[in-house]
Amino acid sequence: MKLLVCISKAPDTTSKIDFKDNNTEFNEAGVQFIVNPYDEWYALVRALELKEANGGSVTTITVGTAEDDSIIRKALAIGADNAVRVDAKAEDAYFTAFQIAEYAKANGFDMVLTGKETINFNGSQIGGMIAQLLDQPFVSLATKLEMSGNTATIDQEIVGGSEIISLETPFVLSAAKGMAEQRIPNMRGIMAARTKPLEVIPAAACDAMTSFETFELPEAKSACKYVDADNVAELVSLLHNEAKII
Amino acid sequence: MSVLVYIDTLSGKIAKNAMEAVQYGSKIGSTTVVTNGDISEGELSKLGAYGASKVLVNKALKSNDSEQITKLVAKAVESTGAETVVFSHDLVGRAVAPRLSVLLNAGLVSGAVALPNDNGQVKVNVFSGKAYGFVNVKTSKKVIALTPNSVGVVPGSGEASVEAFDADLGASKITVKEIKKQEGDILLPEAELVVSGGRGLKGPENWGMIEDLAKVLGAATACSRPVADIGWRPHHEHVGQTGVAIRPNLYIAAGISGAIQHLAGVNASKVIVVINTDPEAPFFKAADYGIVGDAFDVIPKLTEEIKKLKAEN
Repeated sequence: MKLLVCISKAPDTTSKIDFKDNNTEFNEAGVQFIVNPYDEWYALVRALELKEANGGSVTTITVGTAEDDSIIRKALAIGADNAVRVDAKAEDAYFTAFQIAEYAKANGFDMVLTGKETINFNGSQIGGMIAQLLDQPFVSLATKLEMSGNTATIDQEIVGGSEIISLETPFVLSAAKGMAEQRIPNMRGIMAARTKPLEVIPAAACDAMTSFETFELPEAKSACKYVDADNVAELVSLLHNEAKII
Repeated sequence: MSVLVYIDTLSGKIAKNAMEAVQYGSKIGSTTVVTNGDISEGELSKLGAYGASKVLVNKALKSNDSEQITKLVAKAVESTGAETVVFSHDLVGRAVAPRLSVLLNAGLVSGAVALPNDNGQVKVNVFSGKAYGFVNVKTSKKVIALTPNSVGVVPGSGEASVEAFDADLGASKITVKEIKKQEGDILLPEAELVVSGGRGLKGPENWGMIEDLAKVLGAATACSRPVADIGWRPHHEHVGQTGVAIRPNLYIAAGISGAIQHLAGVNASKVIVVINTDPEAPFFKAADYGIVGDAFDVIPKLTEEIKKLKAEN
């Protein structure tokens, strides 16, 4: 089975978020970047498990600049066979999905996997867009995936619970918690990643449909109001009369 | 301007986040709703109270298949001439809105938390609740997916007309083998009040008091990541960076220290109450109200006090 896993760069969870140039750009100074956790922990690791069980290959794809190569090497260290980087700034979700779909069309994959969202844009847009561009089914928020030949059996989150579905490859899937466990790359993996192929390809012509104009930070929270543990009634009164929430 | 709102009504009921999406749409323009599944016309006509003039319903389509729902919504866009399509950014919206965006060449704004401003830009959640962005859509048609419980909903009056809506949806490539309903009436992602427990509660057998408090409040229950990972609570209750991100009006956290990954899932909550024995727990920095104390002592008292309050009002 040929699997394509979409990998995005994201600021480490502990990063301080602020903006520069009149709040039009994320300030990357001092920020540690990681592989977007949903892409890494769930989509990539499950793809590797499927390859280990059934054979095949795992390719990662990233739309970004050379600055993204370090997180792409991390994905290779975890176990992907090869990586592709579309050499362009990811202008918006549509632009990104379009590049990935172009590569997938040209190279024919059984499954394209994404994380359920990125932790910086939280859009959940890429997977559905790729599916539409490829004219394939899209399984959103999958928490379990088993393969038998070309048939996949998948647990999927739905409103008010979950459902078990089955479908044939090819399809696009977004992965959520439950899909796999995090893998820490070992030294052998890190060494091997240095020589694994990372192919850089030019972007296809595509107009972005949206743009982020400005950003803002939420208002700072006022300090926590402490209530004595022996006076729980006061907390209830505050929630009722001050916060007016109960 | 003509607006189309897609809502999920497969449960046979109209969820609050669906009403919210309809009312949001009605503030942008003249709103038609499209939905599918086995839901009564009486129920759907109530959407008039949230600003819908007409509801189109396809009763034949009873699945979540995003390919088929996308075709249904696209046909409704064609027949109504809608320029803006609104979804709730819930599980169905996340699957269908991106497909529709591509099909209609309509720029997608996902995670909206406010109406478009005077420049037509839409405010959205970014960086897992740590910031907001303002999105400009360059295409003439737009798709907006609204974050649940972000703008709220106030019922008005009126009835919507309900019409059957047929569309050629093709055959689904997906077979549904089993549907598992989540236990409890209140679903976590859309809950307005949430009571959550962490490792400080020491074991799954101690969750009774969390459930009691949730029941008195009419709240959903949630938990921290370690608790879901050890198997004390189901994974769908895990809120945080890698679980569910929520934005209830009230989040009560008992025995949760407040690791940054947990905060990423809850910091958009309007009011946060933290109960922890450790006065140095980082969660207090993000809290509106805090009690330094033992959850085993405080939670049952809180339940009793809320019962009293409910009895008085």
